[in-house]
Amino acid sequence: MALTPLRAMIRKDLLLFFSDRRSVIVSFVVPIAIASFFGAIFSGPGDDREPAKIAVAMIDLDGSAISKGIVEGAQTDKNLKVTTPPEAEARESVRQGKIAAAVVIPKGFGEAAGSAFFGDGEKPELHVMFDPSRSIEQAMIRGVMTQHVMETVSREMFGGAQGRATIEKTLPQIQQSSMPPDQKKALVDMLTSVQQFYSRQKGDAPGSRPPGITMPYTVKEEPVTSGAAVAYNGYAHSFGGMAVQFLLFAMANMGVEMLLERQKGLWKRLRSAPVSRFALLSGKILSGAIISVMVLLVCFAFSMIVFKVKIQGSVAGFLAVSIACGLMASTFGVLVAALGNTPATARGMTTLAVLMMVMLGGAWVPTFVFPAWLQQATLVVPVRWAVDGLDAMTWRGIGIWGAIVPTLILLGFAAAFGALAMTRFKWEEA
Amino acid sequence: MLTISHLRKTFGTLVAVDDVSFGLEAGQLVGLLGPNGAGKTTTVSMIAALVTPDRGEVLVAGRKLQGDTDPNKRRIGLVPQDLALYEELSARDNLRFFGALYGLTGRALDAAIAAAVDLVGLADRVGDRVKDFSGGMKRRLNLAAGILHDPDILLLDEPTVGVDPQSRNAIFDNLEVLKKRGKALLYTTHYMEEAERLADRIVVIDHGRVIADDTLAGLSKVAATSGGRANLESVFLTLTGRSLRD
Repeated sequence: MALTPLRAMIRKDLLLFFSDRRSVIVSFVVPIAIASFFGAIFSGPGDDREPAKIAVAMIDLDGSAISKGIVEGAQTDKNLKVTTPPEAEARESVRQGKIAAAVVIPKGFGEAAGSAFFGDGEKPELHVMFDPSRSIEQAMIRGVMTQHVMETVSREMFGGAQGRATIEKTLPQIQQSSMPPDQKKALVDMLTSVQQFYSRQKGDAPGSRPPGITMPYTVKEEPVTSGAAVAYNGYAHSFGGMAVQFLLFAMANMGVEMLLERQKGLWKRLRSAPVSRFALLSGKILSGAIISVMVLLVCFAFSMIVFKVKIQGSVAGFLAVSIACGLMASTFGVLVAALGNTPATARGMTTLAVLMMVMLGGAWVPTFVFPAWLQQATLVVPVRWAVDGLDAMTWRGIGIWGAIVPTLILLGFAAAFGALAMTRFKWEEA
Repeated sequence: MLTISHLRKTFGTLVAVDDVSFGLEAGQLVGLLGPNGAGKTTTVSMIAALVTPDRGEVLVAGRKLQGDTDPNKRRIGLVPQDLALYEELSARDNLRFFGALYGLTGRALDAAIAAAVDLVGLADRVGDRVKDFSGGMKRRLNLAAGILHDPDILLLDEPTVGVDPQSRNAIFDNLEVLKKRGKALLYTTHYMEEAERLADRIVVIDHGRVIADDTLAGLSKVAATSGGRANLESVFLTLTGRSLRD
């Protein structure tokens, strides 16, 4: 294969690409902007930042020791940002989406909760008004409130004035009840023991409070990344995903441009020259691959400088995955030209195809959120291997071995796309 | 220089070219005339190896072209009907690219570009982007791209469509120069006056078949015997009829 025409085709395509300001912006600036946005969303708080707190309003209509304890507990919770507006104002804030939920502690809640704690009284109702569009936060609020209600009620029942009053009131009621004698005896013994426990508390240091029922465990959370001291950087995934998406768009556009070149008669010139079909398509594929790799490298360079993304795995593996991804994308573009009839129809079809590939390939959201069957099905999507390969080489910190399978599979896709394009390309220029 | 023998090409049930034969010598310009859809462009495409004939053969200097990379393809230059240029690139970058397709590099390529743009009168605009050119300048650059590698045979498919009289005249002058340099030119056109001015011989093609192949003087005799005025247009209408084709 003569190298002069091949070099000329690559040079010409690079000149054309960089002469089109729109292409350059779409290929470089847009993926950086969108990846920065997605990265900010999926990155988590990082090492030195506070997690985003859930805005909740607490309305205490009871004013009891228990209800006050619940509000205090919620206000000290690191996951909540608690305000205490009037009920009507809180409802309006939820409706307008300003806060995730409003918790109303009704009058008599403390007393009723104390009675219900020992299984005797009717359970009082905690009224939660929530924004239906924020169901994930709603689940979290439910868990946090359960913890604070249990802690406060149990603490008050085992050590507070309201607990003593409740027991003193409950003991005679139990004695007069129609409960079976053995059960009655057991319950009276327990409450008597609690009373004795209160008597001993009087001798303790002033201001000391029993802890109540607390969570019987704590959680040690360890993000498993490339190393013990290496924090997860969500920008690594978002930049990989967005770069792959936009280089696919760029290469699909290259395919559409090839169809436009045919309409302009340029392929008559190309085909009349003594250049092989293989060289003609190879020139396109190589120039497309160079542009694709540049898009990937520029995007990742930006993420490294601005967002401290690092190649925690193998640099050689990262380059191998990038080059294989570039070849896959550029052969996809040539395939668009081979299968497309007109630029307009090809443009519509490829936009859909690229969006499907990037969506299923995990470029937008990680594939683990997909159903199990879909996770398996997306293994046939090349974007999945590109994103997984880039993830492996960046934040997962897997060595060169982690790049081999994605690289080989991407090269396999490139070979399949290229072979199909070669056979389906319309070579005759009537 | 160029021999076309019994070319035939069909597209589905449409017979585009049927048993077309004619020849072209060095220093000669042959006008290929015919109504729309007569088969002119398909014939040119088969000569330029863009379309494979169903039957017949094209001989370039006595040799049949063998495959896409046959070096003999360098002896053919094509000036397509379309403005086959990259609008976003400069004239020089366009010519560098098209020259490289024929293996031209370095000083040889620079010299070829200089000669081509000098011939078509674009030497002072060679660094400008093609999209800033007028229609006539683009047509002249289109011609320059076809002659860049100094082919022996130049195929010109309606090279003056949509240009002003000045540019058309300039292109005619360029073609006269090329003819004097010994190039063999095949020129398809709708414009009778172009063929009258330039052509040494005229091949009239209709419904895919050659219906006349003669000099202008020889063809004029046909019109004269039909009682018409002896210009090429009357000859053409006598041969191809007056019914509309599209």
